[in-house]
Amino acid sequence: MNSAGERLVNGIVKENPTFVLMLGMCPTLAVTTSAVNGLGMGLTTMVVLALSNVFIAMLRGVIPDKVRIPAFIVIIASFVTVVQLLLQGFLPSLYEALGIYIPLIVVNCIILGRAEAYAYKNPVIASLFDGIGMGLGFSVALTCIGAVRELLGAGEIFGIHVMPDSYVPVSIFIMAPGAFFVLALLTAVQNKVKLAGERRGRDMSKIQSGCGSDCMNCADTGCAHRLYDDGAAKQDAGKEDNANG
Amino acid sequence: MVKELLIILISSSLVSNVVLSQFLGLCPFLGVSKKTNTAAGMGVAVIFVITLASAVAGAIYQYLLVPFDITYLQTIVFILVIAALVQFVEMFLKKFIPSLYRSLGVYLPLITTNCAVLGVALTNVQKEYGIVEGIVNGFATAVGFTISIVILAGIREKMAHNDIPESFRGMPIVLVTAGLMAIAFCGFSGLL
Repeated sequence: MNSAGERLVNGIVKENPTFVLMLGMCPTLAVTTSAVNGLGMGLTTMVVLALSNVFIAMLRGVIPDKVRIPAFIVIIASFVTVVQLLLQGFLPSLYEALGIYIPLIVVNCIILGRAEAYAYKNPVIASLFDGIGMGLGFSVALTCIGAVRELLGAGEIFGIHVMPDSYVPVSIFIMAPGAFFVLALLTAVQNKVKLAGERRGRDMSKIQSGCGSDCMNCADTGCAHRLYDDGAAKQDAGKEDNANG
Repeated sequence: MVKELLIILISSSLVSNVVLSQFLGLCPFLGVSKKTNTAAGMGVAVIFVITLASAVAGAIYQYLLVPFDITYLQTIVFILVIAALVQFVEMFLKKFIPSLYRSLGVYLPLITTNCAVLGVALTNVQKEYGIVEGIVNGFATAVGFTISIVILAGIREKMAHNDIPESFRGMPIVLVTAGLMAIAFCGFSGLL
């Protein structure tokens, strides 16, 4: 269950954060205007994810349960700042291209999700490989989406011209609307796979669109329950009942 | 000054719309847009929080981070300030303005995780806006969010009666709609 190889396969295939879990959609749509940007964003996220997973796994005995979410956020934000400064110093072109989406890695659901769901409950080495696996899955997905958009929108992949000269690029695909259309097709394929699987009686509950595709139930199913301590919330509710009674 | 603020207002609300061209705040945009009135409620809550957050984040940046020369801590400071602020606003409304809490309260927890709030705070710093410009930018961004989420909700209400291919039901068709809206909003790019 916790072997390094198993964690990598899990992150890249079984629980791919983009294609299966549909988490972290903001950066997915925003930076995939080209395959290089997608790859850069994916790898940056992977570094942050692996480092924060390792740290949270190391501190899992120390962090009190009630303040774990603020603690996770501080750890993640610190690593994001470190990575941001490193990119600014050593890869200024990527830093320019990704812009504001680098600091926004802090609010990427994938990272906080893995911290809460895996790193907080598992040993250091397994958490490291969980982070690397998830990060690689995210990188693969972003690179694929970026490559498709770059191919249709500019006739290139990784900046190399591949389409025949007679091909007129559909430039809308590297603009904002193209991102929505590509994601729409992706979710449609995901729906199709899910429906086909359910018809054959397989358990497809892992496949979901974002926070169960419904923010109103976010508090029960999706991201928000990771941000609030359920126990504390219940206690608060109890106190209020007492006060009202 | 007034002219500059007007330009910020129009460019942040329409030309570079926060959802349709910057992809920030996608989760509530897709999730809370089933009905027009809940969408409008979410919009008002977002306007409230983002305007307040950009004021507080701007003040902290100007009077705390810059004087002590620790601007590199902005990401950590902003995310903590925003999370604390939303909790505080929630408690404040619950205690003192219960009627407003009843209408906006359900949306407030959803906004903490909304990347648009952090995005606006960081954009204000990146574009070197002062506090007033930052507040106007925050307000305009949130108005842009409200406009697009209400329009999307209106379209989705109509679309509920349509016959949509099975695989496209739910999220995919909403994304196609958002894409078409993004094309329409591209039309604003010649405005400034």
